[in-house]
Amino acid sequence: MSYLEYHAKSTPTGLRKIFYLNWPLVLLLSAAAGIGFLMLYSVAGGSFTPWVEPQAKRFMVGLGAMLVVAMVPIWFWRNISVLAYLIALLLLVAVELFGSVGMGAQRWVDIGPIRLQPSELMKITLVMVLAAYYDWLPANRTSRPLFVILPVLLIVLPTFLVLKQPDLGTSILLLAAGGGVMFLAGVHWAYFAAVIAATIGLVTAVFQSRGSDWQLLKDYQYRRIDTFLDPSQDPLGAGYHITQSKIALGSGGWSGRGFMQGTQSRLNFLPEKQTDFIFTTLAEEFGFVGGVTLLVIYMLIILFCIVTAISTKDRFSSLVTLGIALNFFLFFAVNMSMVMGLAPVVGVPLPLVSYGGSAMMVLLAAFGIVQSANVHRPR
Amino acid sequence: MKRNPKELDNSHRTVTRRTLVLGGLQLGFAGALAMRMRFLQVDQADQFRLLAEENRINIRLLAPSRGEIYDRNGMIIAQNSPSYRIVMVPEDAGDVEAVIANLSRLLPLDEEDLERARTEMRRSRPFLPITLADQLSWDDISKVAVNAPALPGITPEVGLSRVYPQGEDFAHVVGYVGPVSDYDLSKMEDPDPVLLTPRFQFGKVGFESKLEETLRGKAGTKRVEVNAAGRVMRELDRREGVAGADMQLTMDAELQSYVQARLGRESAAAVVVDIENGDIRAICSSPSFDPNLFVRGISVADYRALTEDPYRPLANKTVQGTYPPGSTFKMVTALAGLENGVITPEETTWCPGHLEVSGRRFHCWKRAGHGHVNLLDSLKSSCDVYYYDLAIKVGIDRISEMANKLGLGIRHDLPMSAVAAGLAPDRAWKSRTYGQDWLVGDTVNASIGQGYMLASPMQLAVMSARIASGRSVTPRLVKSVDGVEEPSGAGTPLDISETHLRHVRKAMYAVSNDRRGTGYRSRIIADGMRMAGKTGTSQVRNITAAERAAGVIRNEDLPWERRDHALFVCFAPFDNPKYAVSVVVEHGGGGSTAAAPIARDVMLQALYGGTPPLDAYPAGDRRKIEAQQDRLERERLKRAESGGNDQA
Repeated sequence: MSYLEYHAKSTPTGLRKIFYLNWPLVLLLSAAAGIGFLMLYSVAGGSFTPWVEPQAKRFMVGLGAMLVVAMVPIWFWRNISVLAYLIALLLLVAVELFGSVGMGAQRWVDIGPIRLQPSELMKITLVMVLAAYYDWLPANRTSRPLFVILPVLLIVLPTFLVLKQPDLGTSILLLAAGGGVMFLAGVHWAYFAAVIAATIGLVTAVFQSRGSDWQLLKDYQYRRIDTFLDPSQDPLGAGYHITQSKIALGSGGWSGRGFMQGTQSRLNFLPEKQTDFIFTTLAEEFGFVGGVTLLVIYMLIILFCIVTAISTKDRFSSLVTLGIALNFFLFFAVNMSMVMGLAPVVGVPLPLVSYGGSAMMVLLAAFGIVQSANVHRPR
Repeated sequence: MKRNPKELDNSHRTVTRRTLVLGGLQLGFAGALAMRMRFLQVDQADQFRLLAEENRINIRLLAPSRGEIYDRNGMIIAQNSPSYRIVMVPEDAGDVEAVIANLSRLLPLDEEDLERARTEMRRSRPFLPITLADQLSWDDISKVAVNAPALPGITPEVGLSRVYPQGEDFAHVVGYVGPVSDYDLSKMEDPDPVLLTPRFQFGKVGFESKLEETLRGKAGTKRVEVNAAGRVMRELDRREGVAGADMQLTMDAELQSYVQARLGRESAAAVVVDIENGDIRAICSSPSFDPNLFVRGISVADYRALTEDPYRPLANKTVQGTYPPGSTFKMVTALAGLENGVITPEETTWCPGHLEVSGRRFHCWKRAGHGHVNLLDSLKSSCDVYYYDLAIKVGIDRISEMANKLGLGIRHDLPMSAVAAGLAPDRAWKSRTYGQDWLVGDTVNASIGQGYMLASPMQLAVMSARIASGRSVTPRLVKSVDGVEEPSGAGTPLDISETHLRHVRKAMYAVSNDRRGTGYRSRIIADGMRMAGKTGTSQVRNITAAERAAGVIRNEDLPWERRDHALFVCFAPFDNPKYAVSVVVEHGGGGSTAAAPIARDVMLQALYGGTPPLDAYPAGDRRKIEAQQDRLERERLKRAESGGNDQA
């Protein structure tokens, strides 16, 4: 019996749970999504179709899902973690075998009417299974080699499958989020030093493999890295995305060019303006002020998660909350770095703002777990 | 598993500590992102704003309308007419091939044009219009308009295209325009960007080419907002260009048309110069061609017909063609003699039919000789020996100097293609060109306008004008540009004694009006219109001693290209000279028979400003002239009719 169940009698029950939801967090999430609707309305040229309407519906569904998840006791989520992880893993294998091909990557799987992106699901279930693992593992064994190898396998297996899709962005996110949870759980520093060293080795290997038979990434990914390192070498070809994105950002200035006045997005100079590059439209139309506002909202969401995590004594609750927050952080950090020309174009959406159903709903459901941890905290 | 509280506390502390570390890292990274944003959006904002503007704004050129060309009476010579073309926007057409098939049922489409259109289509973006057919008639366009529902994506467009309503009359003067070619661009140092617009018409030959910049004007600009695909979203502003300047020529279209018709199918050239101010009233090279063919894009067959014609219709013989002036040069030699005091008008020379010079015999055209000849007789009957003798005395350098004074051997700057300088040789020229000494035989040849001597018909007309006026009359083709009068070509008095000029003019009068003059048969008898002239027959082959012994072969018995050139220069009226005319008929035979009659008709036409009365002609010629006038009038009407059809 874990800490939570032991103290179960002091947690709120029934409809009273609603009062224990972290409402400021709900508000912040809605604010971020609201900015998303605004930008989608703008890039559609002042129209609710084709993006705002479906996005808003999905947000409502996602919000509903979050509340439902929040009502379910956190120990239930802990108990199904392993199962959820296995299902996600199975789905990853399924897309590898039968998944449809879109944009050069196998990422989707159709289950009845639902089109699911298993890698999205994996981001959450990986965090859940790792949190559950460290909840089960006595703290004094955390850093023993045998007990380090198991979570590493749990991380590496899905990462490898996602990388094979190929989806470089998500695989990096999985690796970073999993590693982050291990770090939070208290695994010894030395392991991370080793992993970082190994990463450097891997990067070297990736570059060494280029052009050989065992090439690890697709050609377009290599080209994206090339143009990231020097986008000016091909401003109309592969470097076009980054160059145009920087132009849009920079031309926004302090306060932006005004709502719906961004020429870069309105005239289609921005690639994938409704998805991965939506931040550039925000920055172009609302300038530095707009960009920083969104950044602050994001950081406040992280802050609320950290507060929730620290205020609970349950290991699973705090680790899963922090893991989800870290995931969220990695999402927007990678996306923003990408559009600002600090990271390669890897295809990571801006959480809650970019158009796209599966990512948003999974994310909201994950915040449901954070809410559940908050609600079912013994008081 | 029941955990003890101490262990729980420990692990909780660890998580909290690590959370703070990770949270700090996240905050730091967020700070870095904010700094980067600041750098891009605040520090470099101006630079990126500029780049964004460059992205979205495209500058399009607005082609200026080309200046039009008129004759001295305001008759249009080159104009811009609406030209219709069919364009297709592939994106709107849908099934491109089906639409083309429908269209070809309505109007004949050139397979070559279609192939080019298909290539263009593959290369350009689907929303950009592609031209399928050009230079269509209004009928074709209406057919397309009526059938519009069956032709999605097809629109008739109207543009401006150069049209020359006078057809072949002005082909050699005005030249023609055509689309700018890569070759044209390669010759230009810094081509005006407007030349790069597709189908831009540009002067290729003649006046259109020489005064291209003035006629073209300045392109306007239009700033448009474009999206990433290059599609125009809206126009931001426009700055109108400057239309090309309208030009008025000194020429008289009616006279030009008459002269062209009068030359007919001869390979010939004729020039009419206004002695008062140097205005070129008519300048015809025959045969000619229709410049409109070149504007539309001439067919290979038509072009070959033009280039393979032995009469060289594409050559402008009036200024490009240079001919030995023959006896028309004798006035120059005479004036050189008079001005240098070598001869007096009354002094006579004995002509036995030939002259022995350093062991070589130079013949007079008249084998029997002219006997005693003075200046007047020598010109009137065109005695060669008189000039051989005179030239030896005066020397080539002085003859050459006089030739230059009278406008020969110097380039007159006219806005036409390849204006030739001709040649009035002197000693220095020969040693420079051939590295040889000048021989006395060369002087003898030059004295009668043979040998190295070369002049264009235009120069010969200028020479006549200068003799008639005593001024350095300079030919002028452009009367005014955009209403601003060009400087007159009246010239300043030549440094030649008026007495000497009068003697030469009197002799020229005798050529045309003395019973024994070589031009007597082509005289004018109307009072106050009397003409003074000089015939010329220039050899294009050497006559060997053997041939001379056997009797010189007559022109009629020679193949066309070996016959003599026929020349005639004149001015009229004698008392108050108004026009100078020169006529050269290539391989026409004798100047008095082939060139003089044409010159007389042209002169009368110019003097009367239209068809002259028959009583200006000697009684014996009138019936023939009347028939000729009727024939030319009928031809003119017929041409005007077909020309009218062309424009419709």
